[in-house]
Amino acid sequence: MIPVLLIVIPLVTGLVGFLIKNEGNARGWSLLSSIVTLIVALWGLSLAKTSPLLAANVEWLPDLGSRFAVGLDGLSKILVLLTAVCFPLIFIATWRDQYKKAWNFYALMLLSQAGLIGVFVATDALLFYFFWELALIPVYFLCSQWGGERRIQATFKFFIYTFVGSLLMLVGIIWLYWQTADHSFSMESFYALRTKLSGADQTWVFWLLFVAFAIKMPIWPLHTWQPETYEQSPTATTMVLSAIMVKMGLFGVIRWLVPVVPVGSWAWGDTVSGACIIGMVYASLVAIKQDDLKRLIAYSSIAHVGLMCLAIFATTESGLQGVMIQLFNHGINILGMWIVVDLIERQFGTRKISELGGLAQKAPALAILLVVVALANVALPLTNAFVGEFLLFSGVFTSTATQYSVVFTVVAALTIILGAVYTLNMIQRVFYGNTNSLTEKGVDIKMNEKLVLGAIVVLIIVIGVYPKPVLAMTKETTDFLLSKMNYKL
Amino acid sequence: MNSILLSAIWGIVMMFSGVFTQNKTIIRYTAIVGLVALLAGNCADMIGYHVAIDVHKMLNYDEFGMLGNAIAFVSTLLLVLVSGRDMERVGHNLAEYFALIFFVLCGVAIVTSFNTLLMLFLGIEIISIPLYILTGSDKRNLKSNEAALKYFLMGSFSTGLMLLGIALLYGASQNGTFFIDDLWTGGPAVATRPMFMAGLLLLLVSMGFKVSAAPFHFWTPDVYDGAPTVFTSFMATIVKVSIFIGFVRLFEDGFGESRDRWQIFVAIITAATLFIGNITAVFQQSVKRMLAYSSIAQAGFMLLALLALNAVSRQGMLLYAAVYGVATIGIFAVLIRMKDYTFEGFNGLAKKQPVLAATLTIFLLSLAGIPLTGGFFAKYYMLAAVVESGHFMWLVIFAVLCAAVSVYYYFRVIQAMYFKDGEGSTETEPGVGFKGMLVVLAAVVVVLGVWPQVLLGLLAKFPYTW
Repeated sequence: MIPVLLIVIPLVTGLVGFLIKNEGNARGWSLLSSIVTLIVALWGLSLAKTSPLLAANVEWLPDLGSRFAVGLDGLSKILVLLTAVCFPLIFIATWRDQYKKAWNFYALMLLSQAGLIGVFVATDALLFYFFWELALIPVYFLCSQWGGERRIQATFKFFIYTFVGSLLMLVGIIWLYWQTADHSFSMESFYALRTKLSGADQTWVFWLLFVAFAIKMPIWPLHTWQPETYEQSPTATTMVLSAIMVKMGLFGVIRWLVPVVPVGSWAWGDTVSGACIIGMVYASLVAIKQDDLKRLIAYSSIAHVGLMCLAIFATTESGLQGVMIQLFNHGINILGMWIVVDLIERQFGTRKISELGGLAQKAPALAILLVVVALANVALPLTNAFVGEFLLFSGVFTSTATQYSVVFTVVAALTIILGAVYTLNMIQRVFYGNTNSLTEKGVDIKMNEKLVLGAIVVLIIVIGVYPKPVLAMTKETTDFLLSKMNYKL
Repeated sequence: MNSILLSAIWGIVMMFSGVFTQNKTIIRYTAIVGLVALLAGNCADMIGYHVAIDVHKMLNYDEFGMLGNAIAFVSTLLLVLVSGRDMERVGHNLAEYFALIFFVLCGVAIVTSFNTLLMLFLGIEIISIPLYILTGSDKRNLKSNEAALKYFLMGSFSTGLMLLGIALLYGASQNGTFFIDDLWTGGPAVATRPMFMAGLLLLLVSMGFKVSAAPFHFWTPDVYDGAPTVFTSFMATIVKVSIFIGFVRLFEDGFGESRDRWQIFVAIITAATLFIGNITAVFQQSVKRMLAYSSIAQAGFMLLALLALNAVSRQGMLLYAAVYGVATIGIFAVLIRMKDYTFEGFNGLAKKQPVLAATLTIFLLSLAGIPLTGGFFAKYYMLAAVVESGHFMWLVIFAVLCAAVSVYYYFRVIQAMYFKDGEGSTETEPGVGFKGMLVVLAAVVVVLGVWPQVLLGLLAKFPYTW
């Protein structure tokens, strides 16, 4: 019931939103809708896990063996929470952004939220695929319509990239479907496949699915769409893309890949981990050299997501728990970074680090809030990312799934240092030093922005100090998944 | 039987209606009445009310063919409703155009339910000859003339090949038979005869020509481009998918048992069709030509049904026929109204004609196979059918990669309409009726995309007994 509501509320309000031909009303309407969604999500989270309200399963396509099956387990909860929290924050933070035909913009944003939640709650593979594509379409229009100068090419590249991946995934899903004993797309039937499929089959079908997820995350060398798309998209959409949409890839791996074809995942684990490591180091190095704030954050995101993917393939409890909590943390932290970028861009009309400087004098509140977010980005203790990354690293280090765990940990840990270099460097050059003619006119942030950044900072510190409730929420799912992943032929 | 009789009779009625009245509206409504009657006749046939004529097993009515008919008739009806006025602008002989369309539908009804190769040949000819005329109906346009001549020459050649193939199969079969379900009598001994294989391949080539499968597709872009756009729409949708239904019937009933021997040829043709259709479409400057190549590419996807030949592929074929037909009719309907047929001609259309742009977007998304539109399930069924058969996984992967390429050219239109500034506009302001019809078509596409069961459920619902 609740998962259905979570999909239906943004979907219906989004469709209605197309008809509100007034910018202010449309903005208020979408904020209202996202807050209602958040309340429903929190209600869902507060229920006991046995509650019948947390799942729904009705007939959809009987001939195909596909049902409209949705449910909230630990993994879905954390991502639904992330989605539900992020959207109101995004709407408030970008309250002052101006869009042409704003009602269409907000309506599409809500539709993308419906798609995203659908992806996270679907427990039927075909339904999952359905939402997976649906989440993409509104984002495609958002970026192409309201983005920067080279938006059309950039978004198109993004679309083609992800569409190729999705279609390969579709072939993989169809193939798996015919292998299931009862010809069904349900998660249970898919999970039962791991004992039935031969090792050889698992190893090739692994790639069909993994490519789709790797493009979405993105993992090196499939990341090339990302910096450009982030740079060209309107910031509100970039927030959705980087805070929530990249999680679709990680979610896909955790839910639909490693438990379904554990032998394939195990066989290719080192290859994937190698790609993650290369991507992390590469992205961190590139981030250091970036002058555009958006591109810098885009590359830093590649590095962080790479670490999470690495930890999934480590197949350890702490690693997987780390991924779960970090899914949320990374979304919140990067959202904070984008909000700052959006503020700077709106005020000064530029994102070039070299053109900015000395902002802390003009906007002290912004500087303080940003520093907290940035410290979380480099995983300083007491911030939420510290908890996450600590678990991730300890998971990778103690992994028995690979013989290179030490190498992986050491190289991956390098990126923490590199991360500190580019993050602190960025803060120093944008916020400290002397003001120039451009930043001279800077003013401090407004109430709504203070509110959002304040909320993010509170979340960062609360989870950093007391992560237990989050970890407890996902514990059971993690154990369940591990029991599926630790299957050997 | 109802539909064959009704379409032939109504064709004659239409022909004579031109003698009695020159009023185009009356003629158009006569045609619409005829199409509704045809559809009703077909539905009556589906639930068991039909004219009893002993056809000596030459025709075989089953729910697959009946539903195929129904899809063809509904699509034609939609085409006439949405683009009927544009037919009037092609030339003076409106009544004759409708007469020809009804004769084509008569051929369609035969091709979807033939049981002997002779009926197949008759059906294909009854479809083809009116089409040659319709292609050249824009008499003063050189391109239309050229297209008609080209189509006629190439078409006759492929008909010749078909006849030769039928003759060879007749000779190769054990007792000398044209009945497709008797061809296999005698078992593998028959199928190993070179004559059998040669006949089969000739039929494959000639049918491949009719559905514009590569490498027999060369006529398609010129003919589709040259023909008046309403008739291009008719050819690319109703005619093509009906012949496909006959194609599947022929290979399933006639050659199903010997599939090991010919599947590889179909696989190669499919791969070539997908590749050539999609890659060439990318380079087109005219939307009409792009749609011609896209219809080749879509034919490649439909050929997957021929490769799989199972229950899933039958369902998929019907769904594909309906979804592809409706979406393409919608796109062509908008295209006819455009001032400029190039991609640039669509620049900025969304500002001036939001309804047209929005519905066109849904049609294009459907052709690209995006979920929530019928095109997704159509493609899904085709892929699932081949995956179920367990062979040709490489072709499935190749097909999805080609589908990804298709996004490029379909989305070019969407980009032009929404994200580029320009003066793209229609020749005249489209009426409310036209917009309403487009919305209906788009609704059909979306309904089939969420709940394909509404159509496919019918397959099981009407067990046909003759």
